[in-house]
Amino acid sequence: MSVHLLVDFGSTYTKLTAVDLQLEAIIGTSKAMTTVKTNVLEGFDLALDKLKQANPEMAEISAISACSSAAGGLKMAAIGLVEELTVEAAKRACLGAGALVNHVFAHHLSKRETKELQKANIDIILLAGGTDGGNKECIIHNAQKLKEAKLNVPIIVAGNKDAQDEIAEIFEGSDTEFYIVDNVMPKLKKLDVKAAKDVIRQIFITKIIEAKGIKKAEEKTGSIIMPTPEAVLVAAELLSKGFEDEPGLGELMVVDIGGATTDVHTIGEGFPKRSEVVLKGLQEPFAKRTVEGDLGMRYSANALLSLVSQYEFKQYYSYDNDIEIAAQKRHDNVDYLPDTEEEKAFDQALARICCDYSMSRHVGHVEVIYTPLGSMYYQTGKDLTDLKYVIGTGGVLINDPEAKKILGEVNQKSNKKLELRPQAPTVLIDRKYILASMGLLGQKHPQMAIRLMKKHLE
Amino acid sequence: MNTVVIGVIGADVHAVGNKIIEHVLNEQGFNVVNIGVLSSQEDFINAAIETDAQAILVSSLYGHGEIDCKYMREKCIEAGLTKIKLYVGGNIVVGKQDFKEVEQRFKKMGFNRVYPPGTNIERAIKDIKGDLNV
Repeated sequence: MSVHLLVDFGSTYTKLTAVDLQLEAIIGTSKAMTTVKTNVLEGFDLALDKLKQANPEMAEISAISACSSAAGGLKMAAIGLVEELTVEAAKRACLGAGALVNHVFAHHLSKRETKELQKANIDIILLAGGTDGGNKECIIHNAQKLKEAKLNVPIIVAGNKDAQDEIAEIFEGSDTEFYIVDNVMPKLKKLDVKAAKDVIRQIFITKIIEAKGIKKAEEKTGSIIMPTPEAVLVAAELLSKGFEDEPGLGELMVVDIGGATTDVHTIGEGFPKRSEVVLKGLQEPFAKRTVEGDLGMRYSANALLSLVSQYEFKQYYSYDNDIEIAAQKRHDNVDYLPDTEEEKAFDQALARICCDYSMSRHVGHVEVIYTPLGSMYYQTGKDLTDLKYVIGTGGVLINDPEAKKILGEVNQKSNKKLELRPQAPTVLIDRKYILASMGLLGQKHPQMAIRLMKKHLE
Repeated sequence: MNTVVIGVIGADVHAVGNKIIEHVLNEQGFNVVNIGVLSSQEDFINAAIETDAQAILVSSLYGHGEIDCKYMREKCIEAGLTKIKLYVGGNIVVGKQDFKEVEQRFKKMGFNRVYPPGTNIERAIKDIKGDLNV
């Protein structure tokens, strides 16, 4: 019997999942507080002890894979030229690599913006701008400004190929660590983020892990191979596409409602379904991830409340409690667990709003235009109306018996007819919280990971 | 590289002429960025910025071109495209009007070249090559 241990160093908890490779079964899961400030291995050892106690007959661990979102996860800044084009392409590359993108800049960087970058807590900068053979003046200007700002942050240059040599000359001889890769938008509206994503992951493995004090964990776990959100996206893609003779589930979506953010992942082309619809905007990535930093159950509870009116909130919540106090309590105490009916209902209301708003921002939209040939439609983003599965994960969903009802919010809403939301998807819940682990397992045992997901998503 | 952005403006779906223009310009050695039918002024301008285009060629066949093209020059200036050449051609106004007047109106709107219905593409290409020093 051999056991593959999957580890997720999360921002709050270090989570373990043990898989029996011969029996193709999940032996057990456990968690302990992540201990980045002292020694990250303390939390890991504690969780491992718990796992061993609960499963005394567990065999020797033969392999370990780990991912991490501890110490704030991977934070990036994205810079491009036109907001709807290379800026958006750069942002999508960062999101697809599992990063949080809090700083986004378009056109020429100003002094104020470089100051913002100096103060910001970021791990990597992605610099794009111009199609291949297109504008190079702007990206060269921005490279110069980034060099002058003397940021102690690696810079990935993924813009106009024609500007690469000049940018290399700017950075060579300075202390700036830089990487030049393929353009994220080589032709107008064409997205090519693979090279950028690969180098983000490389930098994450070699540098970021160390900077965040998680490197020590590698003594026991081997290298931490990706950020946790990327592991979830990898799992979703695997489950959707299948692998060799193990079929996938087809187009699907994962909604991950966390304490600070709500992540939505979709796997699918999302092309227009009708002939009178014209696709607009930048090409969509097949595996797409969006992150909403203002939608979360705890740390972001106040931000969420500022998005909705009292009236709107009452549509989700029928008690008379003071809403602002309840939100503040969650913001200040991120480990809070609801104990009364009112508080549980409040969490459900938050979750439903997270679900509804993140969906509005993730799915494609149509816009009607009147032409001499009759009504036509512009589609921006993905058409997800035919999507087959929606999978819920994240603390609030996996622990709530009403989770499926909450995820019902993704469906087509009567007042949001122009949003291309899934119409009648089958809802599954990641009750055992295994998605990130299965993304890790899938690197070595893809078919087994798919089978385990099919078995345990209910 | 001699990059030009072409497309059909407004709620206009006439795709055939657009394809012919793309084909001929490609043959003549231009780097053609075709944004296709149903394109807004912003689509043309954003494409021109990212691709560092020297000219924008606007087609319109359905008669509403005059409304669709209004303030395009101003928007180009606003977006930093101060040197870009603007061309427009097709059935660009409603009904049968005196083309001399139409041409004046579009030139006043900031278009460098204005072409009447049925213009031979070769004539426009000669102008473009002259204007862009190709």
